[in-house]
Amino acid sequence: MSRQRFSGFSLLWNSLGKHQGWREQWRRAEPQAEYDAIIVGGGGHGLGTAYYLAAEHGLTRIAVLEKGWIGGGNTGRNTTIIRSNYLFDESARLYDHSVKMWEHLSQVLNYNVMFSPRGVMMLAHTVHDVQVAQRHIHANRCNGVDNEWLTPEDAKAFCPPLNIDPGLRYPVLGAALQRRGGTARHDAVAWGYARAADALGVDIIENCEVTGIRRDAGGAVEALETTRGVIRSRKVGVVAAGNTSVVLGMADVRVPLESFPLQALVSEPIKPVFPCVVMSNGIHAYISQSDKGELVIGAGTDAYTSYTQRGALHVNMHTLEAICELFPMFRRMRMLRNWGGIVDVTPDRSPIIGKTPVPGLFVNCGWGTGGFKATPGSAHVFAWTMAKDEPHPINAPFTLDRFREGHLIDEAAAAAVAH
Amino acid sequence: MLLIRCPHCGERPEPEFAYGGEAHIARPADPAAVSDDDWAAYLYLRTNAKGVHAERWRHTRGCGRFFNALRDTTTDRFIATYKSGEKRPEGLR
Repeated sequence: MSRQRFSGFSLLWNSLGKHQGWREQWRRAEPQAEYDAIIVGGGGHGLGTAYYLAAEHGLTRIAVLEKGWIGGGNTGRNTTIIRSNYLFDESARLYDHSVKMWEHLSQVLNYNVMFSPRGVMMLAHTVHDVQVAQRHIHANRCNGVDNEWLTPEDAKAFCPPLNIDPGLRYPVLGAALQRRGGTARHDAVAWGYARAADALGVDIIENCEVTGIRRDAGGAVEALETTRGVIRSRKVGVVAAGNTSVVLGMADVRVPLESFPLQALVSEPIKPVFPCVVMSNGIHAYISQSDKGELVIGAGTDAYTSYTQRGALHVNMHTLEAICELFPMFRRMRMLRNWGGIVDVTPDRSPIIGKTPVPGLFVNCGWGTGGFKATPGSAHVFAWTMAKDEPHPINAPFTLDRFREGHLIDEAAAAAVAH
Repeated sequence: MLLIRCPHCGERPEPEFAYGGEAHIARPADPAAVSDDDWAAYLYLRTNAKGVHAERWRHTRGCGRFFNALRDTTTDRFIATYKSGEKRPEGLR
């Protein structure tokens, strides 16, 4: 089925037919007996991987298996922040690869992902914060990643709702601003990749949970057992976020991951009042305003491992106290919804993208609390890795082996919080 | 918010406690004699169980003592808590 192109003209044309002429954006595919490659996990990273496998590496028989519905996991649960101001060279290359892809993603997919580079401002509240932020700024600029230092007055000019009263318990001493950072519409990312992948023949199979991984006599991947039958493939990419340990456990592969609930919440929708993204690692609050008008607020992870997709209220309260202190105008806002997602956290807070000890089995996991921003870049380099059976230079340092070799990419220590 | 039964103090709300990660992981007695694989496993590999999980908690804002707990990570329901040094209770789900 050929894809319906979206354009101003097609919108006008379909309006003449009272919008009855729009077709479904992807097929409801039935699983085939065999594929050249299977992606386990229908979030943004997984759907993107399938798209790039088809679009850039010429694979034709590809399936994406999703146990629920596409984009219903962390892709639909995050706070949509996009930035690349990471400390280490390896991370800067990976995340900036992604930010550069965000800038053209709507055109590439012919789907408006509403990427809005409105600027990401990270606040510093202590002398230590200031020193860390300035070290990040210098490291970023050496790596070609834009990042600049703002005085409290500059920060207030960039984000007028910000309270820079020196009498605060944690006063704003300055901020690091990445102007190319911003937000995108998370659902549109999943839908855009799904539609583009489907147009290239990728089968997107929802409500299909993997229950086992079959291996041949040599130990290589042979087939997947699923709730919709056995599906054969010699190439399987696991992109299952919080459930990665469970899926890889089916092939006896252990990965250094722990799964934690991460919560977010939105307010009632209001008129545009908040022009950028503000993050405070020190007192743990992230906030931006969606195009619908809701304030989108991210909290920290709960303390304990869990698969429940919910967390405790006191974690959200902690964040809201910080938000109310920094932005007193929001003190009487009502919160509309809160929810949790299960994030897979590595010991060094950097992802694992590459091969596993099992031939034919690949993994893209460990994005922890910050995977959304990396969606296009992660999918792009992971598709390369699966197609060529060797890592792309950008994801080569992000191996599973680094934990044995000691070559950690320790963004955990660099930021001192989950991020 | 979880309600956690400290084996020393009884049931208290979660903010009184700090999470201590997976329980029953012993540091190798002679680290120099351990292979790289085993050392990496000790440092970094956790079961990350989807189901019953044995874990440490510390009653930081109470008695200050560590203890162990069995919790179902698919429901967050505590199955048992027991003192440090005791064996993991068997047969509980």
